[in-house]
Amino acid sequence: MIKTLVGEARQRGVRLKIHEFQAKELFRKYDIPVPGGRATSSAEETRHIAESIPGPYVVKAQIHAGGRGKGGGIKLASDPSQAELAAKQILGMNLVTHQTGPEGKIVKKVLVESASDIAREIYLGAVIDRELSQVVIISSTEGGMEIEAVAVKTPEKIHKTWIDPAVGLMPFQARSICFGLGLTGQAHKDGVTCIQNLYRMFVSEDLTLAEINPLVVTKDGKILALDAKVNLDNDAFFRHKGHAELRDLNEEDPLEVEASKHNLNYIKLSGSVGCMVNGAGLAMATMDLIKLSGGSPANFLDVGGTASSEAVEKAFRILMMDKSVKCVLINIFGGIVRCDRVATGVVEAIRNIGNVTVPIVARLEGTNAKEGIEILQNSGLEFHTISGFKEAAEKAVQLAGGA
Amino acid sequence: MSILLTGETRAIVQGLGKEGQFHAERMLQYGTKLVGGIRPGKAGEAVLGLPAFNTVEDAVTETGANASIIFVPAQFAADAAVEAIEAKLDLIVLITEGIPPLDMLKIKQLLKRSKTRLIGPNCPGIITPGIGKLGIMPVEIYRPGKCGLISRSGTLTYEVAAQITNAGLGQSTCLGIGGDPIIGTTHKDALELFNNDPETDMVALIGEIGGSDEEIAAKYIKKYMKKPVVAFIAGSTAPPGKRMGHAGAIIAGGKGTAAEKKEALRNAGVTVCDSPADIGIAAKKVLEG
Repeated sequence: MIKTLVGEARQRGVRLKIHEFQAKELFRKYDIPVPGGRATSSAEETRHIAESIPGPYVVKAQIHAGGRGKGGGIKLASDPSQAELAAKQILGMNLVTHQTGPEGKIVKKVLVESASDIAREIYLGAVIDRELSQVVIISSTEGGMEIEAVAVKTPEKIHKTWIDPAVGLMPFQARSICFGLGLTGQAHKDGVTCIQNLYRMFVSEDLTLAEINPLVVTKDGKILALDAKVNLDNDAFFRHKGHAELRDLNEEDPLEVEASKHNLNYIKLSGSVGCMVNGAGLAMATMDLIKLSGGSPANFLDVGGTASSEAVEKAFRILMMDKSVKCVLINIFGGIVRCDRVATGVVEAIRNIGNVTVPIVARLEGTNAKEGIEILQNSGLEFHTISGFKEAAEKAVQLAGGA
Repeated sequence: MSILLTGETRAIVQGLGKEGQFHAERMLQYGTKLVGGIRPGKAGEAVLGLPAFNTVEDAVTETGANASIIFVPAQFAADAAVEAIEAKLDLIVLITEGIPPLDMLKIKQLLKRSKTRLIGPNCPGIITPGIGKLGIMPVEIYRPGKCGLISRSGTLTYEVAAQITNAGLGQSTCLGIGGDPIIGTTHKDALELFNNDPETDMVALIGEIGGSDEEIAAKYIKKYMKKPVVAFIAGSTAPPGKRMGHAGAIIAGGKGTAAEKKEALRNAGVTVCDSPADIGIAAKKVLEG
């Protein structure tokens, strides 16, 4: 379960992820102790930052992916000039980790921090448990490694504490977590405060994931968050004015960025049949049917339940930007939105864009489907109008030239 | 009979803005018993012939309402839902999309301590063909019948309802339970209701990737379900780690895949369709042999 919980929270949409240095700024706001330091995109400034904090130093690549150390994205430095050298090596590098995919990510920023003398590494995280509808705090003595791996190998070393949203996190729960982690003396007291602050941050900032891995106990007995991972909830942006600005467009697919500007749900895939569908469930089902028909979808695209003509035009433009699209399948189930209106939108969109050369298969069903099909057929543009769901998918696959 | 939405349902509308009014009009046209609307500060001003009340409590006292459909924007939706729960309504349909999950956590805790049934959020609502609808679905595709329908999606539900109708069958009640990670009524909850409904002879379950709602439903089916179930799971081709429109539709850590869900359902004796175009035919086969 832990695997699903943390994995899901971690991956729930790129738009919600923020960088480690941004997460640490949030930690500071909630008095969760973090090492001194700052982020920069310049190697020279790295040295200045290092000069202003105690050494030795650690220089960390800022990308939205884990496993940075193994890929060479985290380097130790004994003095400020070495920190500058490390930053020079990391900035601009194409960092490949098990989470970036084989194409990797270009590093544009590094975080420079004082390195710590570590006595112990602990894992601490908070996520929403979908099944029980509660926030759950996950803790483990096995910090510094992937919590998913710990969950598989030694599930008994993972401790979960569920929080009743009406009551909140009670001090005894935080104490009990710290006892479980074997924290004593000042580290125990600081650990309790840290857990309380973590929960306070989670609910105050509407987070979907807050992870400290590792949370370390230093050799002089201090608690310190060495790494920080935070995912925001974009549905809650309305009550957190600064959150939307934390988004980093460099971390996203350019077509997906373009689509999100127009409130379209678009995800780029690797196939050749471009899909335009109203509704997320039907969009997924359409992709599945393309696959079953021997083809491969070029994208997921939900133009929204209402499929307004503006949305349809923007969607069409995005599909046309993807050069691997060899055929477009439009699948609209008219409900409150009438098919004739959608058809008018499609025709207008294609006229406005001009020069649309890929074949288009259109399947309109539901309210005013017949009128919609007539509009397409009388438009002077070429549409393959097909009423069956399966037949439409098969035709699109055939026109795209198979898989 | 049918489930949740019956001849006894008397509903109010919370959120009578442009969208709320548009749909209230269509619900009335379909014969749904709407008895009022909530317009704080504008009590007495009727909209579409529906008397307006300041609070849900006032509406319940005056009209005997036992259900509500909520259209208010996401920022205010939790407030509206809690007001309806506190007024002890039997049924709340929460249409609104984009409610923060932490708001839903609080609502779920309240629901556990009440007798109220909440459907949604981010859902098309509920329809009992021939009786009424509390939702935004087009009514033409439905016919009264014996097939119960449960779905996490909107337009895909319409697609499946139309397939069932085109196969010469009809629906007892159709329930869009919503595409969010935290929802009021799950697949399992809805299956339980259909299992005990004498007017329902079979159930079509339309799931999608993400979470474990379908797996939990499979466990229930294996143990308790007395009626045949056909199912489709959307998202076999979805890549891991990407949110497919619905906030709840995401494969993570190798979990929540369509393959896993299909297997769990098949093991529970469910007729699982690989193609979304085959659900109507499968339902007919199951019901008529």
